[in-house]
Parts: sequence; C-alpha cells; structure tokens
Amino acid sequence: MTKAAEPSAGADPILALSGLTRRFQSGGGFLRPARSMTAVRDLDLTVARGDCVGVVGESGCGKSTLARLAMRLIEPSAGRILFEGADVTHIRGRRLRALRKKLQMVFQDPYASLDPRYTVRDCLEEPFRALGEKVPAGRVEQLLDQVGLPRAFAGNYPHQMSGGQRQRVGIARALAYRPDLIVLDEPTASLDVSIQAQIIALLQDLQRQHGLTYLFISHDLGLVRYFCSRIVVMYLGSVVEVLEDPQAAPAHPYTAALMASSFTPDPTARATIAPMEGEIPSPFALPPGCPFAPRCPRALDRCRSAYPPTVPTARGRVACFNPIEA
Amino acid sequence: MLLEVKDLSLSIGILRLLDRVSFAVDRGQVLGLVGESGSGKSLTALALTGLVRRIGGVVTGGVILFDGQDLAGLPEPALRRLRGKRIAFITQNPMSALDALKTIGDQVDQVARLHLGLSRRAARARTVEILTRLRIPDAAQVARAYPHQLSGGMKQRVVIAMALAADAELIIADEPTTALDVTVQAQIVMILADLVRQRQIGLILITHDMGVVAQICDLVCVLYAGRVAESGPVETLFAAPRHPYSAALIGCIPREGMAPGALKGIPGGVPSAAAYGDACCRFAERCPRADALCRRTRPPERIEGGMTVACHHPLPLLSAAPEVAR
Repeated sequence: MTKAAEPSAGADPILALSGLTRRFQSGGGFLRPARSMTAVRDLDLTVARGDCVGVVGESGCGKSTLARLAMRLIEPSAGRILFEGADVTHIRGRRLRALRKKLQMVFQDPYASLDPRYTVRDCLEEPFRALGEKVPAGRVEQLLDQVGLPRAFAGNYPHQMSGGQRQRVGIARALAYRPDLIVLDEPTASLDVSIQAQIIALLQDLQRQHGLTYLFISHDLGLVRYFCSRIVVMYLGSVVEVLEDPQAAPAHPYTAALMASSFTPDPTARATIAPMEGEIPSPFALPPGCPFAPRCPRALDRCRSAYPPTVPTARGRVACFNPIEA
Repeated sequence: MLLEVKDLSLSIGILRLLDRVSFAVDRGQVLGLVGESGSGKSLTALALTGLVRRIGGVVTGGVILFDGQDLAGLPEPALRRLRGKRIAFITQNPMSALDALKTIGDQVDQVARLHLGLSRRAARARTVEILTRLRIPDAAQVARAYPHQLSGGMKQRVVIAMALAADAELIIADEPTTALDVTVQAQIVMILADLVRQRQIGLILITHDMGVVAQICDLVCVLYAGRVAESGPVETLFAAPRHPYSAALIGCIPREGMAPGALKGIPGGVPSAAAYGDACCRFAERCPRADALCRRTRPPERIEGGMTVACHHPLPLLSAAPEVAR
C-alpha cells in the first residue's frame, strides 16, 4: 500500500501514531470459529503541541478504539506510538505511570466515569493517591476554580450534581497532574446542547490558559469544525480523510455525506439535506476494496476490488480513487 | 384543527410540572416541542396520550382537544382505543419499544390485528407493504427477524411502521433520532417529514436540537421549566427569535463560519420543579435581559408578528419578516 507521509504537522509533534492497527476477536467456542474484526487499521496521525485534532466518524468507525490506543489503555496489534519523541508503544510499570501524568482522558459518560461513593474531593485527590504522592495543598480548590465549579462542591457526591457539573469534575480530574495532552472521548455526547456549548467554551479557555493539546473524538462534524483546528475522518477503522483546515471543502465522498447530513439551524437551508442511503456494514464482514464503496455515490469499479491509497490534496490527504475536486 | 392544547396544567403530587401550556397542530403539519432536559417536553407527550396518569400525573386545568374531543377527561378504556390507533407514540430508544422475544412481523402485525381487526394473513401483507414503503430492503425477510438482528436505524423504522400500521392520524415522536448515527438520523428525519406530507398526518416532534427543528418543523413551541416561552411558525422564530431563551438555544448549535469563542451555551441550568417560582419569569436567573420586573411578575403572553412570546423584555421584532414560500 502506498501512502502519503503524514506531514509533520507543526514543528513540535507531541503524539505520533504510525501504522497503528488493532484487531479484536469475538465469539468462538466449541466447533465454532472466532470471528475477527479490525477496529483500527494502519493509522498514521501526528498531533502537534497546542493543536486540537478532531477525530470524527459514526459508530463502529474505530474512534474510541483509537482514543484507548493513544492512551495506552489497550495494546495495539501493530504499529508504534511516539509521545514527545519517545517510543511508548510497549512501556510498562513506572514509565507507563509517568506517561499517564502527561496524558489524560475525559470520558463520554460522566455518570459512569465517576465513582458514586466518592465525593468530588476524593475524586480529584485520587490521581495523586494512585501514584502514592501527597496531594498538593489547595490543589482541589484550584482545580474547582479552573473548571468553574464553586469550592463548596468539594463535599458533593456525583448524584447531587447535574450532568454538566459532573463532566466539569471529569475535566478537573484530567487536569490534576497538569497534563500536556488530553484525549476527549465524546465529552459532550450525553449532555443537552446548552450544556454542551458551556463545556466546549470551558475546554477552549483551558486550552488557551494551560497550553493544552487535545485529541477530540466526536460523531458531530459540525461541532468538530467549530472546535478543532484539524479534522480526521474515520470510516470502519480507516482514516478516509484529513482536513488541515476545518472549514475546507471535503474531498472524500463520505466526509461530504457527513456534512450533508448535519442539520443547520436555518429553515431556509433545507434543500441542502441529502441523507445518504444505506447503513454502515458489519465490521466483521467488510466488503473487499474501499469499505465505503457500497454506499458511495461516486464509486468506480476498482473501488470494489482494491483499497484506495492515501494521497495528498490541497486541503490535507484523502484515501479515495475518485475524490471530489476542489 | 387535529390537536389543540389549551392552558394545560399538570401536577404530580405537590409538584406543578406544567403551567398553562398551549399549542396546536393540524393535519400535514410538524410541530416541534423544544427545550432542555427538564423543561417538560416528554411530560407533555405523556399527558397527550393519558399515559401520565400511570406515573401519578393529574391534569389540573386546560383541555386537550383531539379532533374536537377533550382527552383530558376521557376514561382509560376510551383512551386505550385511541392510543396506537389514532395517536401513535415513537420513543427515543427503539429497543424499549420492541419486544426482544417476538419477531418484527408479529409485533407490527399485532397493531393492525388489534385496531383494524385484520386477519393474520392480511395483517402480515400490510406489515410488509409498510416496511417496504419505509425503504427497508427485503421487507418480507425482515418481518421474520428478531429486533437484535437489526441495526438501530432499522429498528427505529420498525417502530415508525408500528405507528403507521393502524393509520395513526397523530404521531408523537420523543427524540426519535437521538440514539442514532448522524447519517441514519438524517434518513429517519426525512422519512418522517415525507410521511407527514404524503399521508397528511400531524406530527409532534420532541427534541432539544434546534437544527432538527429548523429542518422539518412547520411550527415550534419552546418550553422552559413547564411553561411556553415562545411559539409560532418556524421561519419566523429562526428569522428573529423574540424570547431570549429561544435565541440562546439557537445559539448553542455550531454553524458554518461561526467565530471562535462564539459558542457560549446558556449559563446555569434548568431549575428543578420543586424550585419553580410562580410570580416570576422562570428563565430570569439565566437571562441576560432580566431585571427586577422579571423576578416578581409572570410575563404576560403577547402575540406579535404571528409569534406568541411570554417575556417582559423581548428581543426586537424583525421589521420586515421574510416571506418564505413553502
């Protein structure tokens, strides 16, 4: 497979993933063979310091697997992970714990990611306890200030807070060690739109104040185009397009379809909604060739037999035999 | 008028959850009921179908006129004949509406057999026809499948088919696309919009997403803390929202070319029902335009330029509201 090299996005890459692949097996047993699927396939991605990279795709595209791989929560089947230039693909023990201080994650569901028997204070002190360190004096109050929660909340339990407040605690916990990179896995997907906008504004403020780098996982292309400086579009485990400018027009038909499926709050723009036919095929039974070909309005004969190479475009790079011209 | 709700008030125990809510929807129209979680949208839907009685809800005032008949005082057996036949309900999660142990066909057949008295064979033929019309490929095969064998989008189409099986005149859809993928969400929304036009059904769409409202609704009713903030034609609302809450909700959706930092959200959260004030505007705590008057007097409803708005200090009327041809 030929591939356009991932451009060294910015001078100072903080995270570099190359050829990253993760396969899962499912089922299997007496007389029945296990089925295997590739959740992330041969993925190259460089995240520059201070950047906000958005990974967007529908369910089953591998975006959450990518987040867990980047966090070293699961092991890759192949490929390498470089953090600040050092190979961290297989580090363990003390070195891995040291990495976790610099690399933090905010989870999708603030109802599930907070322990119901921990107060907010317990929850924010736990990162330090877990590594056997002393909690810096006043750190809990400082973290609550940073995420816009009243200091009196330190004694609260999760059930006493709303979804938006819980997610603020989740963000404060990720900030506890002053990380360099935060992986945000759909941090607003379970929140009301009004609260989603608050959380996004908070994340933007924090990024500016602390010079954070974000890897933002989302299914909402409209939100990613607003929030991120660079967009990675995934479909069934592969990166189909990278847009270096979030406002750039898409070259891949799938990115175009995602854009055409998003509802703009403008009743005069109704004609622009063009729903795509069909649904995402099962990742256990991928069609040969380009996985998007069965739903693609621009598919050619060879899309159904060969996997398209990734080629550079004026706006980034795209894996498509018949991309949309600018 | 197919459905006319006038001054509907509803209590559960000592909590007064709906306070003089009014709206109307006719055949061939889509009404959007919009608001954040806790604004009373789903409760209104339960009140319309009489299901709210099962959770201890009592209608304390107002009327629900369905085709001229007041549903508020209707006894349960009469309501049961209406539900599923003339008024259908589509839930957010299709899995909660489907029986995991019965085939799709049996579940859809049941509706026509119960309400239209069709034979087993005639009901199945009708089911397959409806499933085909909803663009489910290989409908006869799907009718023999169990819910777990279908994708989320397919399951939601089956729930829509159940609503159509007895020729419902009014469909109430409670966040019908929230649990679905973006591209599938667009498909379902377009299917619902087509049904309304072709079959002259009335549709009440409950959502917190102003993007969906802008795309398919004709009328919109913005609820806040159990009261109507603003209601009227959707084009008018989006051209010039009068109530600061409607304007803020629209501003929560990222749109093309939005400046960085423009997405602010709405500060604070919806008050809990126990904290509802009576002689005040319930949005005053979060409103940038609120003054002392808003905190001590309930805003009267005023009707201007086709919109009904309950606000002491509404945003200015658009001098020349654009005429939108439909």
